[in-house]
Amino acid sequence: MSEPANSVPMSGRQPAESFGATFTSTMSARRTLWSDAFARLRRNHGAMLGAAGLLLLILVALLASVLAPYDPIEMVPRDRLQSPNPQHWLGTDIFGRDILTRLMYGAQISLLVGVISVTISILIGVNLGLIAGYYGGLLDTLTMRLIDVMLAFPGILLALAIVAVLGPGLFNVMIAVGVAAVPTYARVVRGAVLSVRQNAYVDAALVVGCKNARILFRHVLPNVLAPIIVIATLRVGGAIISGAALSFLGMGAQPPTPEWGAMLTEGRNYMRVAWWITTFPGLAIMVTVLSMNLLGDGLRDALDPRLRV
Amino acid sequence: MLNYIRLRLVLAVPTIILVTILVFLMLYAIPGDPASIFAGDKPVTPELLAQIREDMGLNRPLYVQYSDFLWRALHGDLGRSLQSRRPVMDAIMLALPNTLELAVAAMLFAIALGVSMGVISALKHNTWLDTLSMLTSLVGISMPIFWLSLLLILVFAVNLRWFPSIGEGGVDRLVLPAAALGLISAAPTARLIRSSMLEVLQQEYVNTARAKGLHQTTIIARHVLKNAFIPALTVMGMEFGNLLGGAVITETVFARLGLGRLYVEGILTKDFPMVQGLTLLIAVIYVMMNLLVDVLYAYFDPRIRYE
Repeated sequence: MSEPANSVPMSGRQPAESFGATFTSTMSARRTLWSDAFARLRRNHGAMLGAAGLLLLILVALLASVLAPYDPIEMVPRDRLQSPNPQHWLGTDIFGRDILTRLMYGAQISLLVGVISVTISILIGVNLGLIAGYYGGLLDTLTMRLIDVMLAFPGILLALAIVAVLGPGLFNVMIAVGVAAVPTYARVVRGAVLSVRQNAYVDAALVVGCKNARILFRHVLPNVLAPIIVIATLRVGGAIISGAALSFLGMGAQPPTPEWGAMLTEGRNYMRVAWWITTFPGLAIMVTVLSMNLLGDGLRDALDPRLRV
Repeated sequence: MLNYIRLRLVLAVPTIILVTILVFLMLYAIPGDPASIFAGDKPVTPELLAQIREDMGLNRPLYVQYSDFLWRALHGDLGRSLQSRRPVMDAIMLALPNTLELAVAAMLFAIALGVSMGVISALKHNTWLDTLSMLTSLVGISMPIFWLSLLLILVFAVNLRWFPSIGEGGVDRLVLPAAALGLISAAPTARLIRSSMLEVLQQEYVNTARAKGLHQTTIIARHVLKNAFIPALTVMGMEFGNLLGGAVITETVFARLGLGRLYVEGILTKDFPMVQGLTLLIAVIYVMMNLLVDVLYAYFDPRIRYE
């Protein structure tokens, strides 16, 4: 947790350059800004720990079918409710399925939920923010009104309302969690665009006759990328928790899918006799989200310390 | 000040109207025929659907249906539950006190813990105490509330038997769910209090106060805490929303009768009037809550000028 005060602020607000030198100096300045940020990130122990945890998780998810000792779905009644032992490191559930195996396959689902829902939020939120901030006027007012309405539904409730309409299911949960996080991106991107618009290079691009779309994607977007990266990283963890919460409530992955939240629901009624069924999936969620948050905090300190998310 | 409150109230109106439109349209956003939602378990025949459309007024133009919906909602009529066949409002009124009780208890818990952790962290900046409290809040932010709730039940209800694990009513049934909700909210609160205190500690007026020879305690209490509290207020407003959202899960895990559990049951049993009514009510409560926070913000921070 390094201090914002002694890091270099970079939110796309570079000093105004002379007109002729704009192109080259922006190019070289951008490269050093990103490499500086990367160097700062590498010095951050927490962020590196988070990155390592994440890498491990991705490996486990990719290699689940190779690494996992058992089948995640097949029931083995004679092995039911075993406490952790040399054959089943994390024990077995009520159907005799190996918890470790199910956790490994569950990593695939959780990572997918995190990545897909955040992609959905970025696709919608970033575009809304770009358009609202760049064009202003009525478009801006309408977009921000819409965002206000979305923000009227607190926390996970917006996602719940969307699931209520779309119906339960893992993919609908991803859509719901993704759409529910749109306001954060739209607001931050809009703010960043408003400040980037003040820069001489945007006027210069307009003067030389660039189309609006080109200015938006070639000149504005790269300069608001830093906050987007930071929010996206920090939000993957939140999306994983929300997705697991919805599955926990019975609205996402359905049994026998080895989803972490759904596994907790299955173990809930057996807490008195089998603590391990509810302990390990929750621990898996927490470690995953903790890794994402460590990396996200580090990215924020390295890229955009003023950002409050 | 009064003008500001008036202005904010006026600005909240379009938001609430848009919310009511969206909630009304939820019925039509569902794939399939809205009339079939009200058919329940009965076999769906064209005659039945036509009958339902007639009874529910679904064959009127949308704007007529909407104004009817709005008019009834304004009079506290949110329709009847498809499950119990009783008015949705009755069920909500029965559950509301339990949810409020839970949210307030959790909020107090979160403030007490979050503020003290944040203050200690800022005052003992860069010491092991700071690191420990920030690590704790990072873990808190990463902890899924449904898991924390299960762990609390496992430890304090199943093993130690200190508190009952389910139901509502009485302080002992409130402790565990409120602790679960509060712990989750305490983490971001601690982080925010710390960063806003660190910011205030660098201000000129704190130096001035030190130079005057004021006692450290006086400086902290009179100059730092008061100013650090202002940005924290916004987050607490936001946290209240998260508490309402978190109540959905804690109420389900702890089997407490409350708005959150009604909502989950409504979704799972496709009790659409219930879902619509709750969505509307919670959104209105939350918008009002944010309004209150903004007004308090303006009241506590004389630097904020409003026209």
